[in-house]
Amino acid sequence: MIGVHKDPLALAPELLLLLGAVLTLLTGSYLPRERQWPARLIAALALVGSLTVAVVQAAGDDRMVYAHTYAVDGPTHTARVLVPLAALAVLALSVERTRGDRREAEFSVLVLLGSLGSVLLAGASDLLVLAVAYLLASFPLYALAGWARDARGAEAALKTYLLGALLGITLLLGVTLLYGLAGATDYAGLRDALGGAPRAALAVGVVALLAGLLFKAGAVPGHFWVPDAAAGATPPAAAFLTTVPKIGGLIALARVLLTVPDSVVDWRLLVAAVATAGMTLGNLAAFGQRDPLRLLGYSTVSQAGYALMAVAVAGRENALRALLFYLAAYALTNVGAFAVAAALPARTTLGAYRGLGRHRPWTTAALAVCLLGLVGTPPTAVFVGKLTVFSATWDGGMAWLVVVAALNTVASLFYYLRWLAPALTPAAPVAAPVEDVRPWASSTAVGAAAVTVALGVAAGPVLAVLPDGLLR
Amino acid sequence: MLSLTVFAPLVAAALLLSARRLPDRAVVWTWVVVAAAELALTVALWVTYDGEGIGHETDRPWIPGAGAGYHVGVDGLSLPLLALTAVVFLMCAVHTLRREREHDVRRFAVLFLALETTCLGLFAALDLILFFLFFDLSIVGMYLVIAGWGHGARAALSALKFFLYTFVGSLALLLGFIGLYAASTPHTFDIVELTGDPPLRGEGAGGALVLLALCVGLAVKTPTVPFHTWMPPAHTDAPAAGSAVLAAVLLKMGTYGFVRIAMPVLPDAWRTYALVVVVVGVVSVLYGALVALAQTDFKRMVAYTSVNHMGYVLLALGAAGIVGGGDAGTRTVAVTGAVVQMVSHGLITGALFLLAGVLRDRAGTYEMDAYGGLAGPAPRFAALTALAAFASLGLPGFSGFVAEFQIFAGSLGPAPVPTALALLGILVTAGLFLWALHRVFLGPPGNATASVHDLRPAETWSVVPLLALSVAVGLAPRWLLDTVEPAARRVVELVTG
Repeated sequence: MIGVHKDPLALAPELLLLLGAVLTLLTGSYLPRERQWPARLIAALALVGSLTVAVVQAAGDDRMVYAHTYAVDGPTHTARVLVPLAALAVLALSVERTRGDRREAEFSVLVLLGSLGSVLLAGASDLLVLAVAYLLASFPLYALAGWARDARGAEAALKTYLLGALLGITLLLGVTLLYGLAGATDYAGLRDALGGAPRAALAVGVVALLAGLLFKAGAVPGHFWVPDAAAGATPPAAAFLTTVPKIGGLIALARVLLTVPDSVVDWRLLVAAVATAGMTLGNLAAFGQRDPLRLLGYSTVSQAGYALMAVAVAGRENALRALLFYLAAYALTNVGAFAVAAALPARTTLGAYRGLGRHRPWTTAALAVCLLGLVGTPPTAVFVGKLTVFSATWDGGMAWLVVVAALNTVASLFYYLRWLAPALTPAAPVAAPVEDVRPWASSTAVGAAAVTVALGVAAGPVLAVLPDGLLR
Repeated sequence: MLSLTVFAPLVAAALLLSARRLPDRAVVWTWVVVAAAELALTVALWVTYDGEGIGHETDRPWIPGAGAGYHVGVDGLSLPLLALTAVVFLMCAVHTLRREREHDVRRFAVLFLALETTCLGLFAALDLILFFLFFDLSIVGMYLVIAGWGHGARAALSALKFFLYTFVGSLALLLGFIGLYAASTPHTFDIVELTGDPPLRGEGAGGALVLLALCVGLAVKTPTVPFHTWMPPAHTDAPAAGSAVLAAVLLKMGTYGFVRIAMPVLPDAWRTYALVVVVVGVVSVLYGALVALAQTDFKRMVAYTSVNHMGYVLLALGAAGIVGGGDAGTRTVAVTGAVVQMVSHGLITGALFLLAGVLRDRAGTYEMDAYGGLAGPAPRFAALTALAAFASLGLPGFSGFVAEFQIFAGSLGPAPVPTALALLGILVTAGLFLWALHRVFLGPPGNATASVHDLRPAETWSVVPLLALSVAVGLAPRWLLDTVEPAARRVVELVTG
């Protein structure tokens, strides 16, 4: 056992996010309403700074810091890189929507705080830190969901808040139970003590803990807020809500479940069942959607299901690596798809995308790449993600889950194509609607699409860098 | 050089896409030149390929974390198909030469060049994931061709049907690949390694299930009964060049997958279920021929004969795996015949679809009853169509005869009854082609006959080389057989263990 680490700079990436949030908030409150771009710039700089420091630190030794409550290891490094990247993309695609708004600076602050919560969630190696990180990762999101302050935003915020509060309490219950059973809150202590815990109590504790983290991941059964938030919040906020919390939530899930001996409570089967339900429900519900944003909302529910497959075999060979790669691929592709929707705010139904290819070829290409990417078409990143997740799951002894996932992929094809097909159909019956061009959002979409392809082609080196183990 | 051959069209496509100023005429000529260079490259690959085994090999790690590599190479199975791909794509480019009014020729050319890369890449791939990559991308490319340039009100729907069917098939294929990966030690997607040490040997449900997944995926693409329903609408609504590529090259991805992956990697399971393959093959032969007989639409008829012709391939491959009856020699003859049939069908059906496009181009319909007596106003068209039809029904002197003769000769020993049944298919196709020729070219003129004029030079020169090659194979098959036979023998050795 190592003693208390007196290493304040170990959390430099997290501190930069916090500092950035404070500075952005202060700058924003002193600036005139119509000239708030310096606040956004500060937020972006904080994200870039956090990202840079994270990359530098990733080269160093993995270690536990702050009295064994926080792991600075591979999965944390990955989250520290992924989350700011996704947040930067969200800031970029939100430029047109938030510019000149009274709460422009607040948007950036909420993005920074939400990112900070998500990173802390990923690194937490102690139940109490986990609980705090959960709250920090949740509250900015409630505000972000209702940021537009319109009726739909209010509904999105309320629904997110109610479910988040309820499942947050469940998570606290789980934390209490596990602490009571193990007499420790740090994961190393849990791991040692939970082997002899009574099975029923442990099962209740694990399920309660799971509920909160599944809410963060937007996975079944904590998914009810996802479609409403995706459609009700502004597209930039929706892109953030459906992407960033998943990164922290799923890594936290893998971390905490690995402390529970699966010989006592078979959480693997439980997670596999949750994954199955998530993919299936998400896909089936997406079929009937006419609003592209709602469709994307349900699609992210099903995507969380695929990622959970890797959690179900966590601890076995390549599982963690597959999870991290999948999260990276998913985050990129999902942000890209939302960016397309953000670039074309006037097109609120799938049918309205008819003839898009003729008028906006680049945006259409980005849409095609992102949607086909979400299906898992090579050579996009999600294909490699699915391949590694499927292989790891099959290897981990859950071939049936792979078959289920493949069938679900088939099903998902139908609704992604329901969006893509009109966009690629050449003939537009009426003249194209006059729409304001949103260069930031559409450039973000094109950029994200390009990077998904690049990440898919260059998956080898990236996979080699990703860790396959974690500290506790 | 192989990688250059595979990716050169893609590079050309990217260049064409960025050169927005280029006039349409120059775009098509660039396309023709690139396609011709591709043909030259594949010929060079063939000429410099020496002996048995895999030549022009490149093996680099690509996604080592997932066990996938960039592994390409050629042998007697892939060389003929690479050459076929290059020929058919060149002919499609030539066919488009005189069609500037076809809308958006630049993107059409770009799409076909990209499609050429996926086809060449698939036939060169020696890694399952690489194979899958090109397999899926070819589906996306073909979808765009049908949806963007297809004709008729239902083109978008046909394209969607095509996409959904073949994509679902590809997922079954992926499932099978992952199964192979998980079963192999050490884990790998490399076809050569998997062939050298096949996983899932012996008894057990694993091999059967993985083979089932592979066969479903490949059968959808081939297509065989009962997975063929996507094909007639896709063919009917695709543009002429699209149909030609779809029939001549993309269908071969399915049959090629059987000889390249399913047979060598799962020899035990293939032996066990060979009879199923034979039955599916025979049913495809007879069903395809009979349904083709009932068509009134010329292009649909040709589409259904593809089901029939691909059925012969399956018959031969299945027969090669049947235990007992026939020696290694006859099995090799069957597998060789199957590969030759792939090439032959590509040449002949490519020509037939390009010719069918002429009907649509002139009078807007494929209905055979709308025509009649076309031999008068369009003698060159009539002569070439008749030639292609005779080639397709397997008349001696054409490549189809060489292929089908070998298939029947090789299959008769291991599977006498199915082979006898399949022979009936030849009778039916002979009848239907003669009847179709009669309806379109002879007799009194129909409603649309007046609007048909004879072939333009570009149309003639896109069809003649295909048929000339078919005749060349038919009259002097040795050069093709010498390449195919050693590889076919190796497949047989692997399957019979």
